[in-house]
Amino acid sequence: MSLGPILFTAPYVLLALALLPVLWILLRAVPPAPIRLRFPAVALLLGIRDEESTSDRTPWWLLLLRMLVVAAVIVGLAGPVLNPKKGEETGQGRLLIVLDASWASASDWEDRRAYLQELLNDAARQERPVAILKLTAPEPTRFRTAGAWRSALAGLKPEPWEAVDLEAVEAALPEGVFDTLWVSDAVKRETRGALLELFEARGQLTIAQGSAPLYTMQFAPAPERGIALDVQRMKPAGEATVQVQALGLDPAGTERVLESVDVRFTPGVQRAEAVLDVPPELQTRISRFEVAGARHAGATVLADDSLRRRQIGLVEGGGNREGLELLSPLHYLEKALVESAELRSGAIEDVLTAKPDAVILADIAEMTESDETALIKWTEAGGLLVRFAGPKVAASDVSRQEEHPLMPVRLRAGGRFVGGAMSWGEPKALAPFERESPFFGLTVDEELRVSAQVVAQPGPELSERVIARLSDGTPLVTRKKLGRGEVVLFHIAANAEWSNVPLSGLFVRMLERLSIATSSGALEESEMDGTIWQPVRLLDGFGRLQDASGMGGVDGLTLLDARIGPELPPGLYEGPGRRVALNTLSDNSVISPASWPARLARTSFGGPQEQPLAGPLFAFALLLLVVDMLATLALSGRLRGAAVAALALALVQAPQAEAQEVTSDDSRALNAASEIVLAHVLTGDSRVDEIAAAGLLGLSETLFYRTSVEPDTPQGIDLERDELAFYPMLYWPITADQPIPSDGAYDKLNAYLRAGGMILFDTRDSNVARFGASSETGRALQSLAAPLDIPELEPVPEDHVLTRTFYLLQDFPGRHVSRDVWVEAAPTDAERAEGMPFRNLNDGVTPVVIGGNDWGAAWAIDSSGSPLLPVGRGFSGERQRELAYRFGVNLVMHVLTGNYKSDQVHVPALLERLGQ
Amino acid sequence: MSEALPLRSRAEAATAQLGPLLARAEQLAMAVMPGGHGRRRSGAGDDFWQYRSVQAGDTMRMIDWRRSARSDAQFVRQKEWQISQTVHFWVDRAQSMQFASAKGLPQKMDRAQLVALAMAILLSRGGERIGLAGEDLPARAGNTQLRRFGEMLVTPKPDDFGAPDMRGVGKNGFAIFVSDFLGDIEPVEHAIQEAASSGIRGVCLQVLDPVEESFPFRGRAIFESVGGTLAHETLQAADLAERYKAKLETRKRRLSLVSRRCGWFFQTHHTTESAQVAVMWLYNMIEGPR
Repeated sequence: MSLGPILFTAPYVLLALALLPVLWILLRAVPPAPIRLRFPAVALLLGIRDEESTSDRTPWWLLLLRMLVVAAVIVGLAGPVLNPKKGEETGQGRLLIVLDASWASASDWEDRRAYLQELLNDAARQERPVAILKLTAPEPTRFRTAGAWRSALAGLKPEPWEAVDLEAVEAALPEGVFDTLWVSDAVKRETRGALLELFEARGQLTIAQGSAPLYTMQFAPAPERGIALDVQRMKPAGEATVQVQALGLDPAGTERVLESVDVRFTPGVQRAEAVLDVPPELQTRISRFEVAGARHAGATVLADDSLRRRQIGLVEGGGNREGLELLSPLHYLEKALVESAELRSGAIEDVLTAKPDAVILADIAEMTESDETALIKWTEAGGLLVRFAGPKVAASDVSRQEEHPLMPVRLRAGGRFVGGAMSWGEPKALAPFERESPFFGLTVDEELRVSAQVVAQPGPELSERVIARLSDGTPLVTRKKLGRGEVVLFHIAANAEWSNVPLSGLFVRMLERLSIATSSGALEESEMDGTIWQPVRLLDGFGRLQDASGMGGVDGLTLLDARIGPELPPGLYEGPGRRVALNTLSDNSVISPASWPARLARTSFGGPQEQPLAGPLFAFALLLLVVDMLATLALSGRLRGAAVAALALALVQAPQAEAQEVTSDDSRALNAASEIVLAHVLTGDSRVDEIAAAGLLGLSETLFYRTSVEPDTPQGIDLERDELAFYPMLYWPITADQPIPSDGAYDKLNAYLRAGGMILFDTRDSNVARFGASSETGRALQSLAAPLDIPELEPVPEDHVLTRTFYLLQDFPGRHVSRDVWVEAAPTDAERAEGMPFRNLNDGVTPVVIGGNDWGAAWAIDSSGSPLLPVGRGFSGERQRELAYRFGVNLVMHVLTGNYKSDQVHVPALLERLGQ
Repeated sequence: MSEALPLRSRAEAATAQLGPLLARAEQLAMAVMPGGHGRRRSGAGDDFWQYRSVQAGDTMRMIDWRRSARSDAQFVRQKEWQISQTVHFWVDRAQSMQFASAKGLPQKMDRAQLVALAMAILLSRGGERIGLAGEDLPARAGNTQLRRFGEMLVTPKPDDFGAPDMRGVGKNGFAIFVSDFLGDIEPVEHAIQEAASSGIRGVCLQVLDPVEESFPFRGRAIFESVGGTLAHETLQAADLAERYKAKLETRKRRLSLVSRRCGWFFQTHHTTESAQVAVMWLYNMIEGPR
């Protein structure tokens, strides 16, 4: 039975609530228990009768309190559960789990996976055979044990489309009768009905839906300024605010949020528009838009060329433009390009500094050598160099004998003029573009005429370099690759002197095709026919961009017509002259919740966590009982002042204690920051902590006497509470039952290690165990150190700097003598330094030293300064203790001076430099 | 004071209790005894008090001839303190007296013992003979008697309520009854009347705990005597308060009446008050009528 969001697992217990009134009457009738009182004058009372026969009644509020206690216990026993999971699939027989697995499932995919895991666990318990079918990518499936599916679960992922191939689904369905559980994304689709019939024909169908909100985004009609995006939500209930982010590369080349805007949904509203007012420089860098946190393909909109404004550099020869605007070779180019690109004109070197996408040279023949080199370099790096011919090119010797690197072809001298007063023949028309040409598909205007051009020298490569011809077959536009870029030559002038081509619309389209201009218009069927578009980056279901290498190209018409689906995944496609983004949702799609027939059973997943309420209710009842007790005591006059005081004290105690701790923390921190203080991690085992403290005291004393390090009294560190940054080194004795620190403590430890701190782990067991998980403390160390950023380790090599920071040591004994002491591994390419007995090692201090020699115990001294614990036997034992101290000194020196002693490898070089 | 304990240790325990009690009582007695009382002591041993002229009824033997020879009239030589006075104590040490309503308050018995012992010290120093009624302690004078008096005084009684036992008490003495008089009143009245009839004057000092006056109880309660022999259950303790107080008042008045009729005095003393007040009053009562 459920009551709102609360479900009772044992609802019949609630019937006991009906007994409450009875209890009320009973409690009222029964007088409170009598108080026994010693009273010497009782003899005087003997004769006195009670005036009323009714007892002193329990006050109503006390009764109410007790009723509440009983009610809380009854309700608690009824097993209330907040936000219960709806009844799980508990049928018998085979179970087919159908997943929509569309982009709409991606946002709560983890919930879905967890739900599937649960389903599989249930099925495994009930020994039901299970099959899983993804609707977006139907593959023939068969019933297997739930356990076998569990391992496959991690590989399931949503697809970035929602198209469902009904036939494929039908073909993929297993034979026979089975129950179906449809884990749906709850988005309305046309195919739902047919699928329903398909599944219901085979057995019982249950629909499972999530409760996560779903937001989608598409481009909206462009506003006057900026970029408009249309954000939709599936359930138009309640108020909501989502953030729309524009992502792109920053100047440093890392992807980051370039711009973001909040979109607010008022209750009942399904769509909202986000307008991003982005400056043009920024706009060109935007690669995609996302609804922050939505994490699915439907909330990701890819930006393509339509958003990009290309940088184009225009360079013309000669500077004499006085009054000759229309004769300027650049005039028509500027007119054609100014709409869609950022233009920048000037000298070549000026233009190149702006890192343009393309450079157009209008009638420039000779260049300075440095300009030429810069242009070649720029082109080879991927630039597009477009050159127009003209009188100067025709008159020059460029690319006459030898092919100039910045010319696609060799040119004949002088060019040719057709249809002029002094020549035979008519001005030539343009031939239709050939299939291989990037201009293929553009319609050639009959009226276009070319009266003059430069002519290419015939040669073996010529035919493949020509991308447009005149009607007589002479090349009009030629092209060649240069490095990663290309050089394109229009054999005509960029102004209207030689032809009327620059006056036509075709000229603009040709420039677009050459990626000089970006097209802002929609794709047109006529242009797409026969083109092949190569996917560059593809979206996955989670809205992440994946590399598309290895994917085959897509036919232009398919790109235009076909729905997003397995054959045409959403992403960024590159075709002739432009890049097109295919987004998961088309610009006018509307999402709405699916409506399921009422006959279907439904369950849900995700949403708030199931929360049993019995515990809190019992606790509440207990609390009330305490109040009742106090009240009863107070009523009968037996509430002693002491009891109240104790209670009040208990309540007041905690904050006071805390306050004291805070002040002591501060003084500790001050002390640790103003002196060098060795510290040990408090393990909770008082004996171990004592020895660690005594050990560090002994080591501190030794350091004080023997070295210039003069540490203050060592401190014990509570990892949860204390700041670690003040301590150069932590000694961490491991006990088997040490509590694992919290995540916050690990964050602190990792920050400590990254900032150059060092931890000496001591498993204290190398008398019985070797390094590893062979002992209890070793296992404890493994689990304690697992979340730490610990680099690769190796046993201390002979030439490690630890062996010579102060004393020359080869062994590192503590109370136990084991050679298993591990430090950060040296880089594999470390080489032996010339003339030195050790390698040229890496910089820095090893962040951890791990061993089990129980150093703390060997170092430990008591208050009078004599050793606390015995080490070894006799003189050799004392020698061992001395070595232990030396190890400690070396360790602290290593922490404090780093690889200083490693620098001895440079001694010969230094001596040499000093002039020996 | 369990019966199972051997006599000696019981005695020692009692003596151990006696010490502090004695000290406190002596301190109390010192505080009460004014300096003037020394006159009475200075006359001790000196029999002479005054000569008075012979009155009718005086026998010839009573005439002091030596004095009479010096003049014409006959004188009778009167002696003061010819026989020291006998004071009998009855100190209720029953369980009803072993009660104190609050931690800071002394038990009623403790107060009764203190007051009685202080009186005994005072009287003893005045040369009177003191005795403890109901115990095997005939009235005598002297320090030994005082010590024995004290030893007997500290022993509590197992009875729930005490009643005066005037056996072995001679005639013409003085009696001091210290009790809460909350038990059966008849034996007390009887004892007073009997004592009065044998010429004993006396006082009744009622020692009460404050709760026995105020009766601050509420709700359902079972009242038990300290010994547990009597119990009274009530559903509404608060309702009883008025009637209880009335009954207590009645009892006091009855005791007071009986006392006055027999020439005795009656006074109520509360444990919240200073013990000195009670001792002062008792002393005055013994002295007063003379």
